[in-house]
This record gives sequence, C-alpha cells and structure tokens, in this order.
Amino acid sequence: MSDATAVEIARSVNAGESSAAKRARAANDRIAERDGVIGAYLSVTSELARTHAARVDARIAAGERLPLAGVPLAIKDNMCVTGTRTTCASKILADWIAPYTATAVQRLLDAGAIPLGKTNLDEFAMGSSCENSALGKTANPWDLGRVPGGSSGGSVAAVAGGEATVSLGSDTGGSIREPAAFCGVVGFKPTYGRVSRYGLIAFASSLDQIGPIATTVADAALVYDVMAGHDPMDATSVDRPVELASPGLREDLRGVRIGIVREFALTELDPAVRAVYERAYADLEKLGAELVEVALPTAEYGIATYYLIAPAECSSNLARFDGMRYGLRVEGRDVGATYEATRAAGFGDEVKRRILIGTYALSSGYYDAYYVRAQKARTLIAGDFAKAFASCDAIACPAAATPAFAFAAKTDPVSMYLMDYYTIPMSLAGLPSLSVPCGYVTPAGGTSPMPLGLELSAPLFAERSLLGIAHAYERGTRHAEARSIPDLPRTAVAR
Amino acid sequence: MASGDIDVAYVAKLARLALTPAEVERFGAQLGALLEHVDRLAALPVADVGATAQVIAQSNVMRDDVVRPSLDRETVLGGAPERDGAYFRVPRIIGEDA
Repeated sequence: MSDATAVEIARSVNAGESSAAKRARAANDRIAERDGVIGAYLSVTSELARTHAARVDARIAAGERLPLAGVPLAIKDNMCVTGTRTTCASKILADWIAPYTATAVQRLLDAGAIPLGKTNLDEFAMGSSCENSALGKTANPWDLGRVPGGSSGGSVAAVAGGEATVSLGSDTGGSIREPAAFCGVVGFKPTYGRVSRYGLIAFASSLDQIGPIATTVADAALVYDVMAGHDPMDATSVDRPVELASPGLREDLRGVRIGIVREFALTELDPAVRAVYERAYADLEKLGAELVEVALPTAEYGIATYYLIAPAECSSNLARFDGMRYGLRVEGRDVGATYEATRAAGFGDEVKRRILIGTYALSSGYYDAYYVRAQKARTLIAGDFAKAFASCDAIACPAAATPAFAFAAKTDPVSMYLMDYYTIPMSLAGLPSLSVPCGYVTPAGGTSPMPLGLELSAPLFAERSLLGIAHAYERGTRHAEARSIPDLPRTAVAR
Repeated sequence: MASGDIDVAYVAKLARLALTPAEVERFGAQLGALLEHVDRLAALPVADVGATAQVIAQSNVMRDDVVRPSLDRETVLGGAPERDGAYFRVPRIIGEDA
C-alpha cells in the first residue's frame, strides 16, 4: 500500500508540511468512499475528528511536537470515548454513550492522534470472525466474501482497507493477532498489564489487553510507546518503567535465538500454508537468527483451559448488564423477569453460550473440577513458556492455521474456537505477542491471494526485543509491500 | 469431570438468562461438545500445581483514601433506561416474591 505510515504523517505534520486537519479530511473521505463496501466502522466520528485535528494543529502552531501528530486512528468499539456511542457490537449497549475515555485512547489523543470512529467487533469481543457482531458486517478487504477475523475485525479491516492509518484492538485469546494475520497487517498484543484497561469494557479481566494494529512494525511500536505504562485507574496496570520499543527496531537478527515449537508441527497444515511458514522460518535464519527447537508440551491444552477461564470471567463481568443503570431494559412482571428478559433480548448467541459455560464452570459442585483445574493448567502452560525462553529470545509459529475463511463457513462453535489454537497459549501466559505478514496463499475456491501472519512471542515485558525482531523480519522480507488489496467495487454491497 | 451433563435450564436461571426451549436444546448440544473438549484437562497432572488467577504478581493495590471528583451525575444518569430526578428508577424489589 502506498498510503503514508504513522511515522511519516507525524513527521510531516510536526514539520508543518501537512496538517492534522488535512489528514482528518482525507481519512474521512476515504471512509466515505470505502466503508460502504468494507463495513469496518460502527460509528464515524467526523465532527470529533475535525475538532480534534484543529486542536492538534493549534498545538503544533504553538511550537509543540507530538509523537502522533495528525495520525488517523480507529478505535475498537469496546473502548470508551467520551460522548461517543460505545456498543461492544451488542444490542444491550446499542445506544449507550460513554461518559469517560479509556486511558489508552486518551494517551493517543493527547499525543495528536485523530479519532476517526469506532470499529466493529464480535459482540463483547467474543469470536474469531467478526460474524458475532449484532450491529454490522465487516468484510475482509482482500476478498469481500471472507471474514476479517476477530474479534477486532473492524479495526484490522480499517487499517488493511486504508480507512485508518493505525487502530486499537483488544486481545483476550488472539483477537488482535488472528484478524491481523487474516487481513495482512501488523497486530500486537503487549504483556498483560502493560497497557491500561481502564475504559476497555471487560470480557475476561485476567486476559484482556489493548494493543495497536498498523501497516508496519514501526507504526505499532510508535503507538505502543505512547500508550504503554502505569495507570492508577487500573489496579492490574503494572507500575514499572516502560522500555520504549521504537529505539530498539533493528535491521537484522544476528545474535537472536528464535524458538520453533516442537508441538506445532507444520506438517498438520495445508501444503501451501506450510510452505509459507517453512520459508518464514528460513528467512529468520537468513537474517542471522539461530533457530532452536523448544517444547511446549501443555500448549495443546490451551483451548480447553481458555474456554473455562475466559467464560468464567465473562459470566462474572457481564452480570453488570441487567437493564438497571445503563443499556437496554426489557420489562418483565418483576425485577427477576426484567433481568432475564433484558439479557435474553440484549445478548447474542455466542455471548449467551459463554455466560452459560462460565456460570456452569463456577457453579457449586463444578468449580474445582473445571475452573480451578483450568487455573492450574494455566500455571503449567505459563511454566512451559518460561522454560522455553531459557533457550530463546522469541518464539515463532503460525498466527493461524489457515487464511481467512468464507462467511458462514464455521457454524459449530468448537471449530471456531480452534481458530485460536496458536494464540491462546501466549494469552494464558500473559506474553507480548504479535502477528506480522509473512506471505500469501490462494485458498481452494478463493479468487485472490490471502495473507498469512507469522506470530512472534517473547517473555513478559520484552516488548522492545519482540518488536525489534519483528521489524528486522518485516524489513528483510517486505511481504506487506509485495501485494496490495484488490480494487474495491465502487458501490456498497447489501448487508 | 463428566461431559454432557450440563443442565442448561438450571444454569440459565443462575445466569439470569431467559432461554426458549429451542435455545435450551441447541445450547445444550453445543456446550456438551465444548465440555467434551475441555475434559482433556483431566489428563494433566495438576495435583501439586498452584492455581494462576493472573500472570503478573501483583495484589491488593491500594490508593490513599482521598475524596476526588467522580463522573458527572447528569452524564451518568443520561445512560439510564429510566430515571427519577437524581435517581435510577428500577423495578420494585422489596415486598415481592421474586
């Protein structure tokens, strides 16, 4: 794609060669031209973008220099922005206006980013295709008949489709990395606790993490550097200094050891997909890295562990949606019936499934057998990673086993859950992890080549090292520059 | 752990979710399939393993007990399904069987 990167935009706006107002207008025009086809946004906040851009330009004129001056930003619609509709793509919050702004968003706005709008997601961030949204349909810009991935489907589609320069997603079990892989962009989940969750509407509080989506690793690092760090408003936010990632971006991998996971055998993949990953590993080596085999014997228990812990936390977090203080209310004959009717009408099937499984896993008689056992499995999984990182600096593996699939291709919930096979173990261990474009395959029955993503993961708080490695891989291979999305139809498709 | 024994109607009651009979049946089958998958955890030797609630060693984060501004009342009440002046209006709770 020939669009300017965030690094380039911030430089030119700070230098007075361009302005935030100009950038906001151009981004808004692009949304008007393309979003009827892609459907990345649930709300476009053009007025907010305009006023914000004017403020940024005034600050620049007054001599300030801002790290994200004039950078067009899309925000996943599970993050609060004062005065904007914040829906979680759910009927239960369809008309809710946020009374405050998430810390991560606020830091980006203070640094000069322009808030273009709120993007689509699987309802309450529960899903891997964006098809669980109750409020809109988002298409993959590479093939409009395919899903963008999820849950941060709108945020990745916005960046991949050129409708935003960078965006924010949230990742609980892979919700930034899998869609980033599906849409050929960079998606980065920092260490748990590194970015404040204040103002991110909770799904699974011990796993949720906000992260940047961008077309380049350097842009992801820039956004990360601005928003990382302690926030007193989030008790799980970690109070330790941030090691800035941007200064650690490197051009080669000399002296770097990359772990290849024995249990993630590429032989299980489709041959064309397998060939892309074999080449990715070879490219890491060519760039100077030493490949070492590492063992993650408990990683295969990741999905089972995750689908007890995340739903348990979800059932507890979503108890607050009872129709009393905010959101939808459906009146019943008494207060209990009102709760039940409100939640029945407000939540979609996937959210209901997860509330049910979580309630069950936490219920008397099953708590030890399910929830506590899963928490113990989580200890083992995190321990496997700790052992693996004794012999390597980062772990490389596929971000997903397949490229983006067609709409309605996965009707049974467990087959959808398996999409996160490669991302969930890192989430359970709280690790920083990202997906970077690593090649393309044309799927059977597909019309165009679809991107694949290489997942790179590092020890807790090793963001600088991780982004440095990803940057060297990106610069050494230039997969994202090799192709661009096909020309989009001019007219909106029916949704 | 035995799979497939989930009483969906009972769990839905605990979760305050009204389900139709068709949903009870559909969710029952789907959750049964998921429970079958999670049953594989029984193979893990976890007897001597501690539980992980979250991965960052941090607990009981406190701040000074100082009064400070909170969200604006009007803004917050603006999101209420029903209000009565400065209050949230909710269905009657006391004096009912529910």
